[in-house]
Amino acid sequence: MKNKTGKKRHWYDYLWIWSIIYFSLGFFNILFAWLGMIDFILPLIFAIVGGNKWFCNNMCGRGQLFWLLGRNLKCSRKKPAPKWLSSKWFRYGFLAFFMTMFGTMIFQTYLVFSGANSLRKVVKLFWTFKVPWEWAYNGSIFPDWVAQFGYGFYSLMLTSTLIGLIVMVLYKERTWCSFCPMGTMTQGICKLKNK
Amino acid sequence: MRKAVNDINRCVACGVCCKECPRQAIEIYKGCYALVDTGVCVGCGICEKACPAGSITVSDTEEGR
Repeated sequence: MKNKTGKKRHWYDYLWIWSIIYFSLGFFNILFAWLGMIDFILPLIFAIVGGNKWFCNNMCGRGQLFWLLGRNLKCSRKKPAPKWLSSKWFRYGFLAFFMTMFGTMIFQTYLVFSGANSLRKVVKLFWTFKVPWEWAYNGSIFPDWVAQFGYGFYSLMLTSTLIGLIVMVLYKERTWCSFCPMGTMTQGICKLKNK
Repeated sequence: MRKAVNDINRCVACGVCCKECPRQAIEIYKGCYALVDTGVCVGCGICEKACPAGSITVSDTEEGR
């Protein structure tokens, strides 16, 4: 099968389905949130080992989903985003903010691991709003910190997708890509490798 | 001749332009930025419309005849 630009379609052109499956699985069982680590590790392997952004360019399910919703389903205004959104200081600033929040989430997981805190069955949206999510976990063979990481990671993934959807509607389809922390990180690695 | 020109300092190397280019005239050079093959580019502007960073634009180039 070919797409409209005449290029052959590959299995990885359908990874937008993965984005939907990921959030659906996490809705029912928070342990599935761990699968999101694939989307963190794979781009880094491509960048560190291959020195490329093949993941962003071909495999990013989130980017594909934004394109599908924004372009094919016409959910985007397709207006140019403000210049500062793709400026270096904002991109690296957002990456730093994201890494800080990731570190905070790891620390929360540690607190549950050490027994200082108990497991909180909430999904935190935009690092602020706590949404009860207790149905997604009723105990397992794993210790509580495993579930705590799931809640934290799912919150991070859901928040970033929501930000991506908002900028998709307001600006270009894949505006998220211009300041995606993974994208900034992998491009930075590639630039360092090719110096 | 009108060709796609990329500002490599703004480019985020997301690859949307390569995906959309009907002539396969764009590649992501070593994960750093989009590189336009001006010999293949016909200046249609599809990439410009897709680019989320506004780094790729179609403009008159001197060398392309």
